[in-house]
Amino acid sequence: MNKIYARPRSLKEVNTHYCPGCGHSTVHRLIAEVIDELGIREKVIGVAPVGCAVIAYDYWDFDCSEAAHGRALAVATAIKRVRPQNIVFTYQGDGDLAAIGTNETIHAANRGENLTVIFINNAIYGMTGGQMAPTTLLGQKSATTPSGRKAEVHGYPLKISEMLASLPAVRFVERVSLVSPAEIMKTKRAIKEAFSNQMNNIGFSLVEVLSPCPTYWGVSPKESLTWIEELLAKEFPVGRIK
Amino acid sequence: MSNKKILMTGNEAIAEGAIQAGCRFYAGYPITPQNEIPAYMSKRMPEVGGVFIQAESELGAINMVFGASAAGARAMTSSSSPGISLKQEGISYIAGAELPAVIVNIMRGGPGLGNIWPSQSDYFQATRGGGHGDYRCLVLAPFSVQEAYDFMFPAFTLADTYRIPVMILGDGIMGQMMEPLTRATGSKLQMINKPWALTGCKGRKPNIVKSFYMREGDLETANLSSQQKYRSIQKQEERYEAVGLEDAKVILVAYGTMGRICKGVVSGLRKKGKKIGLIRPITLWPFPNGVFKKLAARGRGAAFLAVEMSYGQMVEDVRLAVDGKLPVEFLGRAGGGVPTEEEIIKKLGRLK
Repeated sequence: MNKIYARPRSLKEVNTHYCPGCGHSTVHRLIAEVIDELGIREKVIGVAPVGCAVIAYDYWDFDCSEAAHGRALAVATAIKRVRPQNIVFTYQGDGDLAAIGTNETIHAANRGENLTVIFINNAIYGMTGGQMAPTTLLGQKSATTPSGRKAEVHGYPLKISEMLASLPAVRFVERVSLVSPAEIMKTKRAIKEAFSNQMNNIGFSLVEVLSPCPTYWGVSPKESLTWIEELLAKEFPVGRIK
Repeated sequence: MSNKKILMTGNEAIAEGAIQAGCRFYAGYPITPQNEIPAYMSKRMPEVGGVFIQAESELGAINMVFGASAAGARAMTSSSSPGISLKQEGISYIAGAELPAVIVNIMRGGPGLGNIWPSQSDYFQATRGGGHGDYRCLVLAPFSVQEAYDFMFPAFTLADTYRIPVMILGDGIMGQMMEPLTRATGSKLQMINKPWALTGCKGRKPNIVKSFYMREGDLETANLSSQQKYRSIQKQEERYEAVGLEDAKVILVAYGTMGRICKGVVSGLRKKGKKIGLIRPITLWPFPNGVFKKLAARGRGAAFLAVEMSYGQMVEDVRLAVDGKLPVEFLGRAGGGVPTEEEIIKKLGRLK
């Protein structure tokens, strides 16, 4: 009998700490599958964020570095410049990439660093208990917006991918989601393209993944997918941005 | 390397010393009075196949040093006081992840934006850790352009040996002044294997560079292992220069530029037959406690006069080392003020 589905070599055989219905473990696996398929496990260096995915290196089976909150792209810039023969990627949440790390994000992108960025947008701070993120939707309740995000007080959801796409040195930006097996396959294709771009020296490539956080959206795992389709993806439309 | 004398500023000497000591990654952000370092590096790094990045911020620069060091390169950043404050987050992470790195602080006046005049007011920040958590940086204080160049060799070797951030603590005078320099005096280039570096996991288990320990007890274990390392550095790496300790009744204690001025005072007064001595700490952490303890144990009535371009920071280490056994006096100016030879001699006169 042919085995058609197995644990990727790049993923350790351990349980993750993620909540039921969380999108992180799905994206971890997609990255591991892509790395296996591209045959780059022994060349890859991952940079983990501060946030829910802080111990992503406990789940991936390849070299990884920690980075201070928001600084992943500064750390990754230097790793790649020192070791251009390696494949370097960052994995960052919305707070990490689009709030505290905005400066590092914009400037690494603007320098056109030949890096792959996997950006998890779940419109909330998960690790710290569900506070407002830069991507939190208008009206969305969080630990720090108890009566919902208001444009006049908190500003609008930050479309950092569109902002980054406006920079001339940025080569590839795509927004994808995890709402169905079909969308998950599209996510994998985008991640693969972002890694292939680096291998072909094409330059800065970013994949934004709309990812469920049932715990801090206050919905069931199943409802969280509807939440993405009906709310999150309305504000953050999926598709190729650049 | 030739024995020919060349003329350089302290800042350029630091940059060239770093290159000769194997530094192949530099990231920095403009701030006076250390701008000659990034300017020099931007020209020299490409010549030796290294990487120069003008970072978007001090945070960017220090976190790039984190990444470059994690990837195995000898990496350095430089700045001046306000910029070093910004780097403290990254320095704490570098210490926590046990990465080697060299950080140069060409001190200026503070607090806040202060001014661009020379100062020694960042002693506490440099020697006590500076960022969050229980950690230390090994701190070297050159007092001449020659030492600025020479110290880059032990700086990188010590950083690699102990996997610790090493700080070069200079000041605006030292950074800006020009002096002749002999490049041949630099120590031998000593490269150290880094099996922990991130190079891709070909043929080995994956390496992880991190300072995060969530499981109960793990962080305490990691902290204790760092503390052990710090104790061993204290035992083995104290460095200082001493003048006239055998007969001195008053011993000046000063480092960096202030050490230079005090050495002039001591040399002048000794020529006149005055029994004045000097201890010039070269490592500020570890502070050279040993020599003070020996003098205190000798019990022959010497007194110390600590002289600083601050309102009294290093003097606390002198007092801790002497432990109340001998008198310790202080003379200091800051905010751009530099104690002059005349002021020091006057203060010495009042001590008698």
